[in-house]
Amino acid sequence: MADDMTPLPTVVSAEADVALVTETKVRKFNINFGPQHPAAHGVLRLVLELDGEVVERVDPHIGLLHRGTEKLIEARTYLQNTPYFDRLDYVAPMNQEHAFVLAIEKMLGLAVPKRAQLIRVLFSEIGRILSHLLNVTTQAMDVGALTPPLWGFEQREKLMVFYERACGARLHANYFRPGGVHQDLPEALIADIDAWCVAFPNYMRDMDDLITGNRIFKQRNVDIGVVTRQEALDWGFSGVMVRGSGIAWDLRRNQPYECYDELEFDIPLGKNGDCYDRYLCRMEEMRQSVRIMRQCVAKLAETPGPVMTEDYKVVPPRRADMKRSMEALIHHFKLYTEGFHVPAGEVYACVEAPKGEFGVFLVADGSNKPYRCKIRAPGFHHLQSMDWMNRGHMLADVSAILGSLDIVFGEVDR
Amino acid sequence: MSIVTTERLAALAEQITAKAAGAVTGSTIAFGELNIEARADQIVPLLTLLKDDADFQFQQLIELCGVDYPERPLRFDVVYLLLSLTKNLRLRIKVQTDEDTAVPSVTGVYPNADWCERETFDMYGVFFSGHPDLRRILTDYGFHGHPLRKDFPMTGYVEVRYDDSLKRVVYEPVKITEYRAFDFLSPWEGAQYALPGDEKAKV
Repeated sequence: MADDMTPLPTVVSAEADVALVTETKVRKFNINFGPQHPAAHGVLRLVLELDGEVVERVDPHIGLLHRGTEKLIEARTYLQNTPYFDRLDYVAPMNQEHAFVLAIEKMLGLAVPKRAQLIRVLFSEIGRILSHLLNVTTQAMDVGALTPPLWGFEQREKLMVFYERACGARLHANYFRPGGVHQDLPEALIADIDAWCVAFPNYMRDMDDLITGNRIFKQRNVDIGVVTRQEALDWGFSGVMVRGSGIAWDLRRNQPYECYDELEFDIPLGKNGDCYDRYLCRMEEMRQSVRIMRQCVAKLAETPGPVMTEDYKVVPPRRADMKRSMEALIHHFKLYTEGFHVPAGEVYACVEAPKGEFGVFLVADGSNKPYRCKIRAPGFHHLQSMDWMNRGHMLADVSAILGSLDIVFGEVDR
Repeated sequence: MSIVTTERLAALAEQITAKAAGAVTGSTIAFGELNIEARADQIVPLLTLLKDDADFQFQQLIELCGVDYPERPLRFDVVYLLLSLTKNLRLRIKVQTDEDTAVPSVTGVYPNADWCERETFDMYGVFFSGHPDLRRILTDYGFHGHPLRKDFPMTGYVEVRYDDSLKRVVYEPVKITEYRAFDFLSPWEGAQYALPGDEKAKV
């Protein structure tokens, strides 16, 4: 700006000061990211070591939401424990319950009626959409877009109403029970879910228009937080975190549970393993979830029948039976005081939760309470790679990478 | 749920026992899952073998956790859950240890064991030798004790509240005197006490 005739006065004074100021090395400095930060996705405290704006080391401090779920579970009966699973990954509650009831059913050798399987799959996919909607839109918010969460939460609201109409609670469902689901779905609800499935692709198109091609969104996510195939394996990644790196691994396909082997769906894979690929995987998974939901709705129409096993040593009898049958009344009393006993042994059951492999390692001692219940939360394993994923990236990329890891502290801290 | 047959698991158990050269002490198959008991000091070579050998290919450590059996001399189990994506198999390995004996850390084999071992240390007080940074992870800064041990009370020892006059958070001993544990076990099956009106039955 300044021309040669009138040199800027600052330039002159700077030259004069050069001899006075000794050269010092720039000191690295540490900053605290969170725990009260909108992009910390809850209560994450990151201690960042920065060199200028480049991240040199990340030390995540977790446990601020630790509630001792695993300890509490050891003091309660199996049936009393399912609600704790809603409170782990609270954006997709039923997927967590699913792993726990699968573990119990595996130990008891319970068979689940077809209709209950369909309802479980239907609501697991609703949970997947709930979780991906939250993640995709808040990831966009982390990199500067405000509209996607507003639009996304409108759809989440509708899905939570489906939760409410199925079980009475918008979030903490306690709907999946060992042996099936608590109650059958009303016909009107199934019709409404189907109508929502028809309308949802329009919303997905809007989201695509908003962020998929958005230049700022791509600038912030493409080639950021790249995970190679080997890294994804070494660090115990699962779910979108491995699929984003191009590994075709989905428990719904590879180790099918419930009736996933009878349903048609595609598994999207990423190519580059960066934040943008993981975003694209989640978007496509939502479309596939809708596809699965529509198949479930169609199958539900032609599959009448019970939604719980008839084994009254494990599931409570129907209310109407209790009015007439002494046996049923005794069963009900015993189930809601003592609870059912699970044979001694150890099992591991897992589901493809929206965030990855959610598993329950259950040790039973033959009593009515679990001896040990280890909850395998995918987010816990993903979060510990914050350190190497962020090294060499800029400070602003921390929130983009964190967003793409899909962290919810309910399950990380347990 | 699983398509893995018991025969396949039994064959796998035999193969591992043969190749691991003394590291494996036993194996069981229950509920369609393979359990392998191993010697704690051999855990690193065993997991390296399971990860790198072409016959096993257990690429992922799914979970690492502790289990507490206070009545045993070696009271803790450390459980390793492995997954092979290529063979589509799961495997569980258990080693035993006590409060003083450290288990070799497997962070060199599976890097994600880092936090899992920290959590196991935090919750059970199991030490892992060779771990790069064995700090507490889930509990509060300055926490004492290991909450998932069976002898740790459900209420804990310390409670926390915000004191308005001091304008800070204060830590105090817990005020609750008794944690109510309801005994719903049937007296004919599980009760360890004499039933009311039945005290003289064994006199």
